[in-house]
Amino acid sequence: MATHLKYTFEAPCPYKGTADFSTGIFIDGKFTAGSEGKTIEVFNPTNGKKVCDISEGTPADVDTAVKVAHRAFQTSWGLKVPGSERGRLLMRLADLIEKNAEELAAIEALDNGKAYSIALDFDVTQSAAVIRYYGGWADKIQGKTIEVDETKFAYTLHEPIGVVGQIIPWNFPLYMLSWKLGPALACGNTVVLKTSEFTPLSALRVCTLINEAGFPPGVVNIITGYGQTVGAAIANHMDIEKVAFTGSTLVGRSILKASANTNLKKTTLELGGKSPNIIFDDCNLEDAVKWTAFGIMFNHGQCCCAGSRVYVQEGIYDKFIASFAAHIKTLKVGDPMDPDTFQGPQVSQIQYDRIMGYIQSGKEEGATLLTGGERHGKEGYFIQPTVFTDVKPNMKIVREEIFGPVVVVVKFKDEDDILHQANDTFYGLAAAVFSRDISRAILVASRLQAGTVWVNCYNKLHPQVPFGGYKQSGVGRELGEYALANYCNIKSVQINIGAPAP
Amino acid sequence: MSKVHTTIALPTGQKITIPTGLFINNEFVPALGGETLETVNPSTEEVICSVSAAQAADIDRAVQAARTAFKTTWGKHCPGTERGKLMHKLADLMERDAQVLAELEAVDNGKPVKIARDFDIGDSVGCIRYYAGWADKNHGQTIETNDLQKLAYTKHEPIGVCGQIIPWNYPIQMWAWKVAPALACGCTIVMKPSELTPLSALKLCELIVEAGFPPGVLNCVPGYGAVAGHALTYHLDVDKVAFTGSTITGRKIMEAAAKSNLKKVTLELGGKSPNLIFESADLDQAANWCLLGITYNMGQDCTAGSRVYVQDTVYDKFIQLLVKKFEQVKVGNPYDEKTFNGPLVSKGQFEKVLGFIEEGKKAGAKVLTGGGREGTKGYFVKPTIFAGVHPEMRIVKEEIFGPVLAVAAFKTEAEAISLANATTYGLGAGLHSNDAKQCMRVSGALEAGTVWVNQYNLLNNNVPFGGYKQSGIGRELGQYALANYTNVKAVHFNYGEELEWPLV
Repeated sequence: MATHLKYTFEAPCPYKGTADFSTGIFIDGKFTAGSEGKTIEVFNPTNGKKVCDISEGTPADVDTAVKVAHRAFQTSWGLKVPGSERGRLLMRLADLIEKNAEELAAIEALDNGKAYSIALDFDVTQSAAVIRYYGGWADKIQGKTIEVDETKFAYTLHEPIGVVGQIIPWNFPLYMLSWKLGPALACGNTVVLKTSEFTPLSALRVCTLINEAGFPPGVVNIITGYGQTVGAAIANHMDIEKVAFTGSTLVGRSILKASANTNLKKTTLELGGKSPNIIFDDCNLEDAVKWTAFGIMFNHGQCCCAGSRVYVQEGIYDKFIASFAAHIKTLKVGDPMDPDTFQGPQVSQIQYDRIMGYIQSGKEEGATLLTGGERHGKEGYFIQPTVFTDVKPNMKIVREEIFGPVVVVVKFKDEDDILHQANDTFYGLAAAVFSRDISRAILVASRLQAGTVWVNCYNKLHPQVPFGGYKQSGVGRELGEYALANYCNIKSVQINIGAPAP
Repeated sequence: MSKVHTTIALPTGQKITIPTGLFINNEFVPALGGETLETVNPSTEEVICSVSAAQAADIDRAVQAARTAFKTTWGKHCPGTERGKLMHKLADLMERDAQVLAELEAVDNGKPVKIARDFDIGDSVGCIRYYAGWADKNHGQTIETNDLQKLAYTKHEPIGVCGQIIPWNYPIQMWAWKVAPALACGCTIVMKPSELTPLSALKLCELIVEAGFPPGVLNCVPGYGAVAGHALTYHLDVDKVAFTGSTITGRKIMEAAAKSNLKKVTLELGGKSPNLIFESADLDQAANWCLLGITYNMGQDCTAGSRVYVQDTVYDKFIQLLVKKFEQVKVGNPYDEKTFNGPLVSKGQFEKVLGFIEEGKKAGAKVLTGGGREGTKGYFVKPTIFAGVHPEMRIVKEEIFGPVLAVAAFKTEAEAISLANATTYGLGAGLHSNDAKQCMRVSGALEAGTVWVNQYNLLNNNVPFGGYKQSGIGRELGQYALANYTNVKAVHFNYGEELEWPLV
């Protein structure tokens, strides 16, 4: 018997409807219980209380899903369906996400703890935009014809890979779902996707929309389960030829190892970061302060690209610090359902403990606590926005990804000094430069070892602009046209039209 | 009834209201001087109604509206994603109204309702959706140069105000082919539909308003080529003109561009496209494709396969098949779901095609089937095959634009290619063969913008289309069409190099 959620949203949540949908695993267009009949509890991080049970998927369920996805690929998806039809279904899905925006935002706020108003204006809106963007690519997957000589007609075909495995994290449950489904489906692949056991709900609601949009059964299969069971089953599966993973660098290594140990499945990874935010003397100070706060505190610091190391040039350091501390104090921490809230709770007890552990280590290693540093309130996993100064490069809070509302601020001298410090990390996901001197900004941008460099802004993403990591922040790019490369097999066809046999 | 709308009765009995004014700034308005033109139902030879006929002053108004929109609410002021969304809405609305649009098309143009609905409109909806997807994907490049302190990149900007002049053979589909890539790229439009078939274009403009396009983005002004078309192509504030029509008029368009402001010109012109039947071909299939190629849309197709060359070893057998199938073509009332061929679009075209048929007979060619008018009312022509032709005959050299086919035999592959390429046109060509190497060789040798192998006539919205030689300039459909509506700006951003002075 598949599990079910029925939850009525109340004030202060602006959405006052009832979410009523199956929370089973979704295979072949149907919701069912997991093969072992077990369940996982889902908690509301605002108060630590249980919301519901969801069905727990198992490795056997992954096997079933792969078989189903394979069948769908051979019969009702892949090259059996023209790109324009795949695109039309993706457009339809985007429309349905928009139609149900408020409910999805409320579910996301309940499950993940992010503010409802932000879930609505950003997560849900952008998820629909990403799906729509890739809907537009579906009939534009083009290879090339390539001139060789008179005796040869050569061309490439960009074929779908087949069944792809996708593993998404808990920080942007719906948004990460859109990043994965969009390009995979546009290119004609079928999908077996594992959501995070912490935040499974919005994806399950989307499964009903996938049926409503008219996708053939088996094209998208979504299984909630644990990393060590379902995640490992996907990463190790001999009939999955490609896996896409977003999560920690630590788990990313195990995904890559699993590929090496099994069938060398193509692997793309979007991992962690410790992204530097560089503020030059000649910046617009007021704007820089606001963007910097947004860069680290957005989504409660739970962003892979969070600007968690802020480097401020010595000339404006004091002014910046004063203004920054004051601005941080204006960010409202509270109930995600309250329309004024900017920062809700961290997603889980485990994350809360981890972040508090880092804060503790910052204090112990001798950093200066400028603001924050304690729990916020008495229930739920809330942490005060926290700023450390007077840090040293080898401190844990400077080197390691905290994934919480904790930032370190460092003073620097000049370009050479800062480039060395900024690049001194094995991560390379993002970076930012604040300066009114565009030439300086372009020069510094070109020397930063990061997959995204923001100039005079932070944390701005667009469906059409690629995103991904240098160094140990990842392999491959998502978003934009570039993501299509992850989901195609390139076949070169060489037709001999006249060369004699050797 | 207002001056800019009228109610007409469709042959089913249903009455619909259609706009008859010029569509400028999201409003239907009469021509400034009150001029009108009549449009005729080619099945009955009766006048359907009158619509406003744009004069030079009206073209000025429309261009001004388009220019204002380009500077304020469209072009670089509307993100590609937004443009795409509006286009998707337009496609949805066309799909919703497909039946009534098809019936209107059948009344004004003569093509069968079923074909208008399932093919013309179905493909048009697909075309608009296809380009809606491109709207936020028109990428430029960043380019590494030898200058280490330069950021060089290209920006793909919309050209501006585009004049678009479309023909009468596929009124809705030609409207879609022009409108879609232009809007996707951010251009604004002054469109002149054919004076023979203005009604569906005007009806579609109601959907432009309903979809939510800002005023002035698309303007649609029916009128005569010599008046409205002339004013548009000579206009100093129109940045680009796209024309589909005859090669003769195409020349005038280029001349107008040269004499006015050197506006960018793309042309999609006529053809005299050959179909080559080799002895290894599946003859029955090849015959079917040849039929489609010359009788689809009553032969009123720029890529009509109007010359068929058959290898002598299979000539008799093939011709027998072809004649039999020609006689199966149902010519009749476009509102009958079984009709394949309606009337030709107008009296003028009707007389022209009958003229060619007479010319062919006089020149000594043999009529294998058809050869004249069908019935006594409406501009219906019998699908006709001429044999015993030689290359100098007018029916072999000139574009007839009706259901009239010239057939001849060839001996060798080289001869076939030579016959096929012996034309100033170069729009389409087909070859039918089961020999893979021959298919590769011949398709490589044919001088045509579209070559069909073991097929004819079928196009796809994502595959480019256009002419070699005098069949045209530029490509429509596919990603290639974006280039027609894009201005490429190269930006050289120096962020460090200093210039010494004096240099020497």
